Amino acid sequence: MPKRIVVPFGPQHPVLPEPIHLDLVLEDELVVDVVPSIGYIHRGLEQLVQKREFTEYVYVAERICGICSFMHALCYCQGIEHIMKIEVPDRAKYLRTIWSECSRLHSHLLWLGLFADGMGFENLFMRSWQLRESVLDVLEDTTGGRVIQGTCKVGGIRRDIGQEKLDEMHRALDPFEQQCRDLGDVFLNDETVKYRLQGLGVIAKDDAYALGAAGPTLRGSGVAVDLRETGYAAYGDLGFKPVVETAGDCYARCAVRVRELYSSIDLIRRAIDGMPEGPLDVKVKGAPDGEYFSRVEQPRGEVVHYLRGDGTKHLARARIRTPTLANIPALVKMLPGAQLADVPVVVLSIDPCISCTER
Amino acid sequence: MAFLKRSPWILHYDASSCNGCDIEVLACLTPLYDVERFGIINTGNPKHADILLITGGINSQNRPVVRNLYEQMPEPKVVVAIGACAATGGIFRECYNIAGGVDKVIPVDVYVPGCAARPEQIIDGVVKALSILEEKREKMTGEAHTKEEARHAAEAGEGT
Repeated sequence: MPKRIVVPFGPQHPVLPEPIHLDLVLEDELVVDVVPSIGYIHRGLEQLVQKREFTEYVYVAERICGICSFMHALCYCQGIEHIMKIEVPDRAKYLRTIWSECSRLHSHLLWLGLFADGMGFENLFMRSWQLRESVLDVLEDTTGGRVIQGTCKVGGIRRDIGQEKLDEMHRALDPFEQQCRDLGDVFLNDETVKYRLQGLGVIAKDDAYALGAAGPTLRGSGVAVDLRETGYAAYGDLGFKPVVETAGDCYARCAVRVRELYSSIDLIRRAIDGMPEGPLDVKVKGAPDGEYFSRVEQPRGEVVHYLRGDGTKHLARARIRTPTLANIPALVKMLPGAQLADVPVVVLSIDPCISCTER
Repeated sequence: MAFLKRSPWILHYDASSCNGCDIEVLACLTPLYDVERFGIINTGNPKHADILLITGGINSQNRPVVRNLYEQMPEPKVVVAIGACAATGGIFRECYNIAGGVDKVIPVDVYVPGCAARPEQIIDGVVKALSILEEKREKMTGEAHTKEEARHAAEAGEGT
């Protein structure tokens, strides 16, 4: 039997923009066991609800993660709105949907770039990030912020997108979709990419489900779970079908994300077409009294904000379960059997967002 | 950029930021901003790096990591703290696990404000860091030169 050695991976590692530490147990070049350890970015944001008023906490919720910041704010606001029985105007719901899908587009393009870098395809990394900048331009134009938007608030939204800008976005969608399809074509049909990804980091449908995986990791294994089907914000009106792949390997997870780019573009198009007129927010009076599990589909999967208010300006408890935390057990299951050189690719394939995970 | 005589290499570490500044650091390297055209390269190895770009505040778990990275970098080196959290702890300063800005653990030369800091600001910060790096290098070579002269003087003194 070959001798076992332990190789530390992270917290500072070239392929990781964020710190996570894995102890890889190797037999020669083959991974046989993985021990993850986290906590390098733990800040203690859940406890901050006791120091910030419930309306101010939206700013903190946005900074749980800089990539899906809008969706964290959305999830938090929807929770508070449900507790306080606030009905958000339709226009706000549609604009929230547009910004959510823009966040998903930029997050997926970011991930595709990092993934390409992880497998050693630097041109593709640059190309993905170049496309991503056009999404960030739209976000900056409509909200004022590139990565932290600050437009979502309890009871609605802060900014409107004018009709002129909406028309401009609509016109830009077609050429943007064509560019995304050209990019996706390389990820899905290039022989070298296929050779690198297919059959790597496989997780079976039952395992993924039993380990509580979320998002593209789960859908890549053939489980059709996407919270957008529950119809929060405007998704109920837009008609949405989850993207599912069945192979359960790195290629399938990549394919789910590439195809989600197209579905996001389609959702934005339909949201702009069906944009209702009306007010942007309703006045919020009183304080939340009650509890609610608020759930939103983020680029990485399902995020849960548990919120409990006791009738004061400060919430009594917040608990945030993020998709990467749910995907780490699945990652530990995927890695054994992989070569050491494939570890970065497999780790990136769950789209780890450590800031979310550790809050 | 006429004064850019050498190619400075950058090490990036996320101490405990929200990710916002980190993706902006990466955005600096990609086609729109493209700092690589100036010879600035993002390296993963602290032993090759001249400039440490660090985002986020300090907590109990990453304190030794940050110190370790800083100590592994060869002299002369410059630290750039990116974003409000790296400067003071920012919006997280009241969290129980945040000790404050990066300067609680290692000396910081340049502070880049913003939440999240924009790529243009980060590039400005790096350009500022370059002149500090050059100053430090001159000081080091100057000191080495003075030492050398003193040694020669001492040797010459012994001879007579």
